[in-house]
Amino acid sequence: MKQLTFDAVVVGGGAAGMSAALELDARGHSVLILEREDTLGGILMQCIHNGFGLIEFNEELTGPEFAQRFEEKVSARNIQASLRTTVLDIREEEGRRVVYAVSPSQGMMRIEARAVVLAMGCRERNRGNIRIPGTRPAGIYTAGLAQRLVNIEGYIPGKDVVIIGSGDIGLIMARRMTWSGCKVHAVIEILPYPSGLTRNIVQCLNDFGIPLYLSHLVTDIYGKDRVEGIEVTPIESGALMHEKAFKIACDTVLLSVGLVPENELSRNAGIEIQPTTNGPWVDSMLMTSLPGVFACGNVLHVHDLVDYVVEEARRAGANAAAWLSGYRPSREIRIKTGSNIRYVLPARLNPERENRLYMRSLVVKNDARLEVRLDGNVVRSRKLAHVQPSEMLSLTLGPEDVAAAGRDSVVEIALV
Amino acid sequence: MEQYDVAIIGAGVCGANIARKLSQYELDVALLEKEIDVSLGTSKANSGIVHGGFHDHISTLKARLELQGALMFDRLHEELDFPFERCGILVAALHEDEMRAIEQLYLQGVENGVIGIEMCSRERMLELEPKLNPDVVGGLYAPSGGILEPYRFVFSLVESARKNGVQVKTEFEVAQAERDGEFWQIQSKAGETIRARYVVNSAGLHADTISAAFGAERFTIAPRKGEYYLLDRTTKAKPSRVIFPVPTEVSKGILVIPTVEGTVLIGPTASPAQDKEDFATTRDQLEHILHSARMMVPSISENDVITSFAGLRASYGNDFYIANSEKAPAFVQVAGIQSPGLTASPAIGEYVKDLLKKAGLRLVEKPSWDPYVHKVPRARDADPYTLDTLVAQDPAYGDIVCRCERVSEAEIVKAIRAGHTTLDGIKYYTRAQMGRCQGGFCTYKIIRILMRETGMSWDQITKHGGNSAILKGSL
Amino acid sequence: MQELICITCPMGCHLSVDTDAQGEMKVTGNRCVRGEQYAREEIFNPRRVVTFTCTAVLPDGSLPGPSSNLPRRVPVRTTAAFPKERIPELLDVLRGITVRLPVARGSVVLERALGMEVNVVVSRSIGA
Repeated sequence: MKQLTFDAVVVGGGAAGMSAALELDARGHSVLILEREDTLGGILMQCIHNGFGLIEFNEELTGPEFAQRFEEKVSARNIQASLRTTVLDIREEEGRRVVYAVSPSQGMMRIEARAVVLAMGCRERNRGNIRIPGTRPAGIYTAGLAQRLVNIEGYIPGKDVVIIGSGDIGLIMARRMTWSGCKVHAVIEILPYPSGLTRNIVQCLNDFGIPLYLSHLVTDIYGKDRVEGIEVTPIESGALMHEKAFKIACDTVLLSVGLVPENELSRNAGIEIQPTTNGPWVDSMLMTSLPGVFACGNVLHVHDLVDYVVEEARRAGANAAAWLSGYRPSREIRIKTGSNIRYVLPARLNPERENRLYMRSLVVKNDARLEVRLDGNVVRSRKLAHVQPSEMLSLTLGPEDVAAAGRDSVVEIALV
Repeated sequence: MEQYDVAIIGAGVCGANIARKLSQYELDVALLEKEIDVSLGTSKANSGIVHGGFHDHISTLKARLELQGALMFDRLHEELDFPFERCGILVAALHEDEMRAIEQLYLQGVENGVIGIEMCSRERMLELEPKLNPDVVGGLYAPSGGILEPYRFVFSLVESARKNGVQVKTEFEVAQAERDGEFWQIQSKAGETIRARYVVNSAGLHADTISAAFGAERFTIAPRKGEYYLLDRTTKAKPSRVIFPVPTEVSKGILVIPTVEGTVLIGPTASPAQDKEDFATTRDQLEHILHSARMMVPSISENDVITSFAGLRASYGNDFYIANSEKAPAFVQVAGIQSPGLTASPAIGEYVKDLLKKAGLRLVEKPSWDPYVHKVPRARDADPYTLDTLVAQDPAYGDIVCRCERVSEAEIVKAIRAGHTTLDGIKYYTRAQMGRCQGGFCTYKIIRILMRETGMSWDQITKHGGNSAILKGSL
Repeated sequence: MQELICITCPMGCHLSVDTDAQGEMKVTGNRCVRGEQYAREEIFNPRRVVTFTCTAVLPDGSLPGPSSNLPRRVPVRTTAAFPKERIPELLDVLRGITVRLPVARGSVVLERALGMEVNVVVSRSIGA
């Protein structure tokens, strides 16, 4: 078994992993990226549509363009990346942090690293997760699998398509399938509002006259060998209107019903996972409950824009570097979620440094106000023209905002 | 024309056991299967339990074969490399009046000669299974009960049978049969004809159709549907033993089953199916499963669900129907094999061998018979040092294709070389696509490997053969 | 009258676009001036960035097979937004284009697409 030692190991070579690795490298630490695919870039490589990088690069890029700009920096810095490498285990052995990984060319690797950055990304929720009854024929795929098949593998998974869920990948795939010569018959969304960005509703559905059924549930899937159709039931005042159910004939069902941070590795390592995000609990340094193990990107919480992913990952990388150099916050303040907020990350605030917080709303609302309360007193307030669950909110708090904080102080973030 | 001593119709768990049993003798045996792979019928979608031998009275054929079959699994497990574990079975009573039924099961178990069966107090039940509903009042414990992966069991049986000379013919759907002297002449739907001296009807749901085609007894197999939920291995609700409720007249109830591979199965329901192709799950029944399973293990969460599925039981009367036909010559009926069919199946193999002997088949033992199949090392079972050695021998062990169930490319290649060339066949052999992402990440990789290994083109890739094409076009 | 959803910001104002007696365009429903600009652009000159894929071929002219780690498709994009009504025409042209690997990001596969001041370029470097 190959024995290796690095200051830091980054698990995952997508946008988050590369961004964190660049920061660690820039601060003089040796770093190894472990990536399971053949290339760096992660899921961005199949997202060939534009719309990435407006914040990061001030221009509109496609997924591969965004990813390769980072990849080029990684190779310019000679940062080591082990491709086709799967991390199997993160353990502690005799007080040392050890990462076990395997690849066809290297075999088993035992890597000692004082710091580990988790950047494994997320996976798509599937049919079982949302419990759609019916048969189990061929033709039911997640939108992301369809995207891979069409954009990289060069195959069309089906000709007559219905998309379940109005997540962005599903909307993007509605346009992609249409441009690939297929007929997209409908997008079915259980909620009364779309879960994807408005811009994608307009450019991926409205441009092609694809109907979006809001407050509708797919209640059955038919077909023996291949999908033959679905049954759709409207929801009114929270109840299924069975007498108004209708059928749509199709040979393919694509699912775009949400993303889940992929934390099985973290769970097995004993890292505490938060039920609200499905990601690790992290402190003000984005460090998990396991000392020296940091998390960033979609493995921490599902982001709406990759620009925020790389920003967060830069901080995780910088924090891991600071931690390697011996920095420890002398004091942390607990952050809690107030009204209309689903979650706030991180869970702790460092009163001596600048803190960047990310949060998501539970509600769709115009003219909202984001309030920061220290022990009940409003210390900061910001007007927001529009909030919705599908768009992340962010906020920077500095030492001046929490100057009055005492030992047991709590910062509450609320939307009113 | 191919000519056999015995043709077995249906490569489910019964047909596979019979085939392997007969492969011990100097016989030419054909195992005929209408689907593209073996074990795709009732044998792939059931509870996967080696039962405890207390549910039925010893006066029934099914109880006798169950008791006999249950004892055969340790040896089969050693020979055949399929996941199996004697984790024990609990029957939990949630009300005092259910304890009377528990006592009857206990007495029946004792009469049946079940080893180690015991009555349990509430405290004993909670000690044996802390995940149980704390409202449990008592129950029954059968330590010899166990769990297995049913399709892996069938795959191994078929591999063993094939290794010992049995011809396995998939996509051979029997269309008609006629007597020709000492032989049965059997024609497939595709027009292939074979001859066999003896025929075993182990066609599961379609045993009635096959019986009619051979001019044997007329009977009807009624499909009864059982729906299940599969829970992720990360669930907090995983018990360490199989948990049964107190049975009713018609069914053993909704069980909570810790599978050998670490996931949890809850189900089955029991409802009449519309027809023999009705594999649809239904909203009401699935809600019923969750509700009933939570009565046993309250911590079961719908967030743990990764998939649902339905299986059809071949229901006929109250007992198994295994006998030499009284109407058709050299024709053995193996029909109505419902629960505990999986448990009984090894004993059914023996029983059918004896029936064939009684009907005049000459049995001469094969000195070269090899009971062992080649064990396939699995990446997920390997410790770091073993995996390192495996990768050194075959680098494809270092390519983890299915991240959720940790399946390497080497295992997928082995599945394909063992004849499993559909996505479902590969899934049941390797577990790739069976985990929490349900193939979201690995399907395209498996398609590539299949094309590379077999030379299949994109339009030949199917989920389970027939019209189940995965792809509909190439750019 | 025409209904539009403004996508300039996440508010997503629902716009109604009408023409008054003088033939002047009139926009209502917008909460800021950008809504009117958006409506004007969408009505008179709707454009979209087009992203698509072209067929990859290996240096020897063959297609990447299943044993190759190379993709069968090469992603491409327009260098600027392209007139919406001519997109189907553009896609037809792109379907006929093959790209020889290796290829560098930014390589032009179609110059002045359909005579417009827009090129189509490769959006991912792919080695061979």
